[in-house]
Amino acid sequence: MSDDRLTIAGIDFRSRLWVGTGKYKDFIETQKAIEASGADVVTVAVRRVNITDRKSENLLDYISPKTYKILPNTAGCYNVEDALRYARLARAAGISDMVKLEVIGDEKTLFPDTAGLIEAAKILVKEGFIVFPYTNDDPIVAKRLVDIGCQVVMPLAAPIGSGLGIRNPYNLKILMEAVNVPVIVDAGVGTASDAALAMEYGADAVLMNTAIAGAKEPILMAEAMKYAVWAGRMAYKAGRIPRKLYATASSPIEGML
Amino acid sequence: MRITLNGEAREVTEGQSVASLLTDLGIQAERVAVELNLKIVDRRTFTGTSLRDGDRVEVIGFIGGGRSDDDER
Repeated sequence: MSDDRLTIAGIDFRSRLWVGTGKYKDFIETQKAIEASGADVVTVAVRRVNITDRKSENLLDYISPKTYKILPNTAGCYNVEDALRYARLARAAGISDMVKLEVIGDEKTLFPDTAGLIEAAKILVKEGFIVFPYTNDDPIVAKRLVDIGCQVVMPLAAPIGSGLGIRNPYNLKILMEAVNVPVIVDAGVGTASDAALAMEYGADAVLMNTAIAGAKEPILMAEAMKYAVWAGRMAYKAGRIPRKLYATASSPIEGML
Repeated sequence: MRITLNGEAREVTEGQSVASLLTDLGIQAERVAVELNLKIVDRRTFTGTSLRDGDRVEVIGFIGGGRSDDDER
């Protein structure tokens, strides 16, 4: 599986499990969990630097941009203008041209505002960003995002942090068929089987944060997720048997007494 | 003179540069982005950009976060 690379916008990704860096107890736990997950992409948020307490440590001291691909997000942005501002600041911080674009529509569900998302994505693509759009499990919106130049789409499995797993597998499957770019299932995974299922359906990668950081043992869950994503990917490539209603014997009848 | 830095009032010396402000704050310039009156300052011009009275400065960096519900702890 080591040669089974994922390439987006000319960038090679070693892992098909991508992880967020929020909600951990401390930076040590963050670092250990990410190591255990085998992820080579980590998402980070863009925020004001703490200027009153300069002794406070920096995430990037623990998650080195030399080792990991840093994917800044526009988490917390509820309109196009804010999302653009955060994306541009993230790029100006000098780590990369990649941005995980989130334009959130509603506080209760954190579902994406897909109209705003398309508008913001269009502008950022023109400005040369590699846009990773956090979108709904809507195949038509996914197609629109690809039409305007997104080289990847990131549909949700369920609301962010809900742990509900894949709520609409059929839509997700249609979405994967509808676009010719990598699909990364983002948000809503609860446990290892959810991640495996996403990969079995044909997702190119899975991104998660809460399912690992919020587990009782985050480091152990990170490792579980690593294997789940591998298993799901291998099963997808191997090709599952069709479902049938009745039994088919595995042992031959011939030679029976 | 007085500027607004990350939303808070702050006294700085007349004509202080962005680079010198970051040094005073103990911030590594290569890890942050600076916005001056809503415009991003190109990091190559941190040294040559002088602050003026009333400027609104934002110093932005990366924190732990994966998702929209993951705010800084």
